[in-house]
Amino acid sequence: MSTVKKFLFLNRKAPYGTIYALESLEVVLISAAFEQDVSMAFVDDGVYQLLKGQKTDGIGMKNFSPTYSALGDYDVTKLYVEKESLEERGLTVDDLMDLKWEDEDDDWAEKDSIVVVSAAELADIMEQQEVILSF
Amino acid sequence: MAILHIVNKSPYERDSLTSCLRDAKSGSGLILIEDGVLAADKRGKFAGALGDASKGMKVSVLGPDLDARGISRDNVVDGIQIVDYAGFVDLVAEFDCPQSWL
Amino acid sequence: MAAIELNGKSYEVDEEGYLADLNQWDEDIAKEMAKLDGAELTDAHWEVINFLREYYEEYQIAPAVRVLTKAIGKKLGKDKGNSKYLYELFPYGPAKQACKYAGLPKPTGCV
Repeated sequence: MSTVKKFLFLNRKAPYGTIYALESLEVVLISAAFEQDVSMAFVDDGVYQLLKGQKTDGIGMKNFSPTYSALGDYDVTKLYVEKESLEERGLTVDDLMDLKWEDEDDDWAEKDSIVVVSAAELADIMEQQEVILSF
Repeated sequence: MAILHIVNKSPYERDSLTSCLRDAKSGSGLILIEDGVLAADKRGKFAGALGDASKGMKVSVLGPDLDARGISRDNVVDGIQIVDYAGFVDLVAEFDCPQSWL
Repeated sequence: MAAIELNGKSYEVDEEGYLADLNQWDEDIAKEMAKLDGAELTDAHWEVINFLREYYEEYQIAPAVRVLTKAIGKKLGKDKGNSKYLYELFPYGPAKQACKYAGLPKPTGCV
């Protein structure tokens, strides 16, 4: 069995204006497919990646926001959203997609993937990682 | 000469909008596109600055870029007009010169 | 780009035989791709192919094999949600081969 490492993907950019958000999501899925311990953090404009109601027909780009709902299937169950970044943008957790994962050890109970954390809490979470990848 | 200022960067990430508003004259135009549309969200912290700007300038935002990012059109700052791509072209034609703040 | 000619239609495929345009997919091209691999599609194959198409519709990705196996088990029962069953149906790899017949891109995370 290969070594499992704790990966945190740190997302700081809005979707669609640049390719970072989509690239991050793809690498997250690949890392998770290799059964690594993967979590994601959404900071600064990264919080916009999780906004509800994205409709991209008008700009001719693929809407990849539905893919965040598949993260639970890949055992990516910890999506940390920084509270300060939400507040600065006038957003609350209710403006974000309702992302769930199913806990196999708890009779497949549906649990929230999104956890709103303070900057100080996020600093602790970052300290606990082995690898942090920035997008 | 009336300039159409074009801002395509998020105001939270770059200071292009702030610089543009500082250097733009009243009577000029401003259109927010791509990640620049995030400034037009009335819940966010640039709502005040844009509301003030819209009193002296013609401020617009590109609708398809709002839709893509899940920013509801109801959440756009009052005084900003929402345009489609054809409306963007009309603005470029209406003003003397476009100026992109990269 | 290569193409598969079938019934007077031309289906563009990439260098590994995956359909270039998801919207071009129909059942005939799925059967033809299987035939080119020397396989014939049974109801059991279609069950997995249709499942994959629904998964893509909902999540906009082709699932990795581990994810596919788990999700099939949940939807179609434990007797089908295991690698033995899926590999018997799709010996070239359930995610890769079934995704190809379903008109999806190669699963993310497959090398």
